[in-house]
Amino acid sequence: MLASRKKGIDYWLPKLVVSPTLVIALVFFYGFVLWTTFISFTNSSFLPSYELVGFDQYVRLFMNPRWLNAMWNLVVFGVLFIGICMVVGLVMAILLDQNIRAEGAIRTIYLYPMALSFIVTGTVWKWLLNPTVGIEKFVISLGWDSFVFDWIIDPDMAIYTVVIAGVWQASGFVMAIFLAGLRGIDTSIIKAAQLDGANLFAVYTRIIIPSMRPVFFSAFIMLAHIAIKSFDLVIALTGGGPGNSTDVPAIFMYQFSFQRGQLGIGAASAVIMLMTVLAILVPYLYSELRTPKNG
Amino acid sequence: MMFKKSLIAMAMGGTLAVSAQAGEVEVLHWWTSGGEARSIAVLKEMVEDAGHTWTDFAVAGGGGENAYTVLRSRAVSGNPPAAAQIKGLEIQEWGDLGFLASLDDIADENNWDAVLPSVVADVMKHDGDYVAAPVNVHRVNWMWANPAVFADAGVDIPTTLDELWAAAEELQAAGVTPIAHGGQPWQDATTFESIVLAVGGADFFNDVFVEMDQAALESDTMVEAFEEFRKVNDYIDRGAPGRDWNVATSMVIRGEAAMQFMGDWAKGEFTAANMTPGEDYICAPFPGTADAFTFNIDSLAMFKQRTAANAEAQLTMAELVLSPSFQETFNLNKGSIPARTDLDMGKFDDCALASMETFKSTAASGEGLVPSMAHGMSTTSTIQGAIYDTVTEFFNSDMSAEDGATRLARAVRAAQ
Repeated sequence: MLASRKKGIDYWLPKLVVSPTLVIALVFFYGFVLWTTFISFTNSSFLPSYELVGFDQYVRLFMNPRWLNAMWNLVVFGVLFIGICMVVGLVMAILLDQNIRAEGAIRTIYLYPMALSFIVTGTVWKWLLNPTVGIEKFVISLGWDSFVFDWIIDPDMAIYTVVIAGVWQASGFVMAIFLAGLRGIDTSIIKAAQLDGANLFAVYTRIIIPSMRPVFFSAFIMLAHIAIKSFDLVIALTGGGPGNSTDVPAIFMYQFSFQRGQLGIGAASAVIMLMTVLAILVPYLYSELRTPKNG
Repeated sequence: MMFKKSLIAMAMGGTLAVSAQAGEVEVLHWWTSGGEARSIAVLKEMVEDAGHTWTDFAVAGGGGENAYTVLRSRAVSGNPPAAAQIKGLEIQEWGDLGFLASLDDIADENNWDAVLPSVVADVMKHDGDYVAAPVNVHRVNWMWANPAVFADAGVDIPTTLDELWAAAEELQAAGVTPIAHGGQPWQDATTFESIVLAVGGADFFNDVFVEMDQAALESDTMVEAFEEFRKVNDYIDRGAPGRDWNVATSMVIRGEAAMQFMGDWAKGEFTAANMTPGEDYICAPFPGTADAFTFNIDSLAMFKQRTAANAEAQLTMAELVLSPSFQETFNLNKGSIPARTDLDMGKFDDCALASMETFKSTAASGEGLVPSMAHGMSTTSTIQGAIYDTVTEFFNSDMSAEDGATRLARAVRAAQ
């Protein structure tokens, strides 16, 4: 009797402890996702309204050239940001993994940009990239008079400056994830391969990198959500400009919902952003999580 | 928290000379920077002298989007502040939703209809009732020039658009940046609306930015305005994109640039640099718009209150906002001019006097006094946003002027 009651407490206590978190997550996350979705089907202007208008807001959203431009920017930024961060992070991790001296100090230096907020990163890079005060002026002052580096004021190139700043900030973090992955690999496999005569390059490309598949997965998930939610970096770096050339969906959503009194379109754009995340992540999660770990 | 608040209110009520009904006014505003904060502190003092309690609902951050979000949620939950810094057509939007309180008792008593120009009064009224009190009038179509730079280049201050481009050409040849510009959508729009005013005149300005007339938006006049606007591109420096307006002003102050197109809030920057109007810097109407006045009026809209005491305090505050002493103090600090035209302007500087003179003459004749599109006086934020997008897109691409006009008309139609 006593034993079973004790078991009862053991059984209920964890559930009791996590239930407030569960309720908060349900209401403030899933509840508001549903509410936003509902608002996107209404004619809400600067206050929420509950008059349904079907897909009108979505039609207006996709008729808006600025939204299409923002979506395209997200594709450009997302692909380059995730791709370059992965490559740079992996290369740095492999180089750091060669039993070099002062590894701890170097690792900290590369990881440190992640400790900054995107606002700081954006502001510093804004000055560095500004042709009248930054890198261009510096190189010219060294004597290379014809040097031009004015991407940040060129509407066609400005989105790439966002990639530069983003990669600078996040690649050290990716490096740390990969480094942890590298350290987790059983060294006996590598030794066996070396005994079989594999060179270092083959060891990395054939054994180590394929076995880090779950690490790639984690890094991809983290970078993808940074990319899709990117807002502060763009605001600090370019303010969405020149013109609207570095507009991203998060800025669009914020401006339309809170500055222009168009909650309906803002909610519709938020729903599209959510769908984008799901469209990328769900198939990926599905394929990753159902394969066996060593597959 | 509530308990503490009411204790403070009681304590203050006890120490002040209390009128029969001491109420509380809570004011949502974002006059938080130096001179602005001092200006609003004056109103707070006056309200407290009248025996009421003042609660600040100041939310820092220029544009005030965060404040608006809070205001909306409080209004919907039935607990709005007494007054909020809302301007232009947004007053009408709030009025349509039935949130705003009528100030007609105070307005009749103090004869607001007589002291306020009808253009200003119209902005403050919803369905014929006063629902907001104006604190100031900004003129947007100003040009701020550094006379030393002009003199060095041997150029006169331009008074027409043709003279402007000729002067800019010579200034550029003399090695200075002719136009200090900040490439942000609202600054692009501010310059654009002045050019539209110069090219098409006040009636055309009304057709396109107030009436949203589709034919006028696509007309040859608009195409010409876009062509003139394109020329600005040739005379700004490469650091312009994203630059804040006050940084652009400091370029004029330091003599790196010759002129800036900006509303009269720019005057505060010159004053802070200890410069005298007419000598160290020149405020001239935007070339070609000397007889016109693009106005941008800040106002406090009054929300319906739950208790009679608070409503009473609210009326008192509305009365004080229009009082000559507040109008004078606030506008001396802010760089703008008073909304009422019957004041003694003795303490104001030359720029303010010139502004007031044009304001009065255009208000009297009914010709040339137009609401600013770029500052939310002529359209809803929805249409304003659509115009911003097109104008800034045009300015930052090589779109043709014809395409600019067509896209502007289409964007406005889509936003309506």
